[in-house]
Amino acid sequence: MTDASYLLSQFLNGLTIGMILLLIASGLTMLLGVLTILNFAHGAFYMLGAYLLYSIFVSKMFSWFWIALIIIPIFIAFISGFLEIFLLRPLYKRERLYTLLLTFGLAMVFDDLVLIIWGRDFLSVEVPKILSGTISLGDTSYPIYFLFIIVLGPVVSLILWYLLYKTKFGKLIRAASNDVEMLEALGINVKWVFTGVFALGASLSCLGGLLVAPFRSIVPGMGLEIFIESFIVVVIGGLGSFGGAIIGALLIGQLEAFGILIIPNFSMIFMYLILLLVLIFKPSGLFGEKTI
Amino acid sequence: MKIKNINKIFYTFIFILLFLLPISGNFYYINLFTEIIIISLLVMSLNILIGYTGMISLGHAVFLGLGAYTSALVMKDIYPSIMLGIFSAAIISSLYAFTVGIFCVRVSGLYFAMITLAFSQAIYTITYYWTSLTGGDDGMIGIPRPDLNILGIYNFSLESLENYYYFSLIVVSSLFYVMKKILDSPFGTVLQAIRENPERVQFLGISVFRYKLGAFVLSGFFAGIAGGLFAPFQGFISPELIYWTRSGEIILMTILGGMNSFIGPGIGAGILILLKDNILNYTEYWRIFLGSILIFFVLFMPGGFVGFLSEKFNEIFKIKK
Repeated sequence: MTDASYLLSQFLNGLTIGMILLLIASGLTMLLGVLTILNFAHGAFYMLGAYLLYSIFVSKMFSWFWIALIIIPIFIAFISGFLEIFLLRPLYKRERLYTLLLTFGLAMVFDDLVLIIWGRDFLSVEVPKILSGTISLGDTSYPIYFLFIIVLGPVVSLILWYLLYKTKFGKLIRAASNDVEMLEALGINVKWVFTGVFALGASLSCLGGLLVAPFRSIVPGMGLEIFIESFIVVVIGGLGSFGGAIIGALLIGQLEAFGILIIPNFSMIFMYLILLLVLIFKPSGLFGEKTI
Repeated sequence: MKIKNINKIFYTFIFILLFLLPISGNFYYINLFTEIIIISLLVMSLNILIGYTGMISLGHAVFLGLGAYTSALVMKDIYPSIMLGIFSAAIISSLYAFTVGIFCVRVSGLYFAMITLAFSQAIYTITYYWTSLTGGDDGMIGIPRPDLNILGIYNFSLESLENYYYFSLIVVSSLFYVMKKILDSPFGTVLQAIRENPERVQFLGISVFRYKLGAFVLSGFFAGIAGGLFAPFQGFISPELIYWTRSGEIILMTILGGMNSFIGPGIGAGILILLKDNILNYTEYWRIFLGSILIFFVLFMPGGFVGFLSEKFNEIFKIKK
């Protein structure tokens, strides 16, 4: 294996990680921008996505990866919508500390629920058949599944961009992130916009978990790990900025892929270093305007 | 009667009760209450940040871990002295608080919360992988509990549980006194002003950054001592001490007791540890209870137990603050 093709495959790995992070971070940044809440349970939906995919595959109800790819995020969207209506809605009037603590509690409940239902063991899911082969890159082979994610990431981002900038719902979301009171004064039911954003963010996070399941082991606690990483992405990119989330996710993805080559076990140190640099020189993030 | 006097009587009453506890001779409770006493120091140190300054730290367990590992390493490898262990735990923990605080304290609100969490997870990972120093996942066992040497004249053995209980009680209550004095001083008042309105404090010409950093270091100092006491108490430590759920527990204790009062978080620690011990008798999945309790309190009793009780108390006795 030559150096060049090795570096290329490492670059593609970084891109794959970046795409997954992007899915989770874009939901997180929307929640921060519109609802001004930090959803601690955001990673839990990612975890649930992976576990639900495992259960569907094991139960042999149907082994169509593609159907699962659509059904599970919709299911999670409903669940998260209910959670938002019953738990978060009463808290919007109060200090933000309480919503943070509530989602913290929610994350704990989800973590244990996963342990109770699926147990402590590492689980894994097979790569769907159509995507299971490898492709040759120069003199090395590369899994097609990763390329699939690299293609899917931009597609989902494009759909999200269309939703945010070309539809009425997107207009409402952007308006809500600007001035909630004004939107309410115009007779818009902001509560439902919030519920919609929460459900959308949760299903994106869940989609990330689904996609990750075939190549990472499914473990309890995977939710928090990805949550911290995607939060770092959001901080680097700038709170509430969709473009910032894209740049941040790609950056952190590459850092993880190449960091492992330099110091294997402590590669996350680089992530914290970047975080520190951004916080020192531009606390509002690379693309952010406001600081909290 | 003034509320200040009532508080004094209340604190003295609790202290006497705790002092008399070992007479019962029930080792189960002595053990449990040693933990409660040590952890309440940790929780009250967090309350300096959350309750007084309005800074929500989600990574407070990192100080417990740092303190515990420092005191364990110092006593095992350098010199077996309990005072040296605790002292170095406090120093290392404050130094860490100072270095990290310079970065964390610049931001507030959610950013502060998440960055403290990120740092604590970083330390957790380092502790987990640095096997040669910390023992990795297996943790460290056989942490000594050396005698307490008083002025080189008298050796007070800490081997027995009762003696360690008394030692912890004395150390923690004198630290409470110091903490209370600091928080009642102008320094504490500025912190509360920052909680209410940081811009206005800045306009008064007071450096919000310095005071917040001060609060962070102070909190780290007390929390480090809690860690230093905890390691010899338990005899073994593992990276689990730093894991995020541990930080969550500490926050839950603060909320449970009520963050608007000085002693509240300590009572929260007591309630939660007793509760946890009981739940663990039935099931290992106790976080699901913990999370549900947190959700319940946030939704229905945001002032915590002490807040709730003192509200009722004030209503009944018509006490003016």
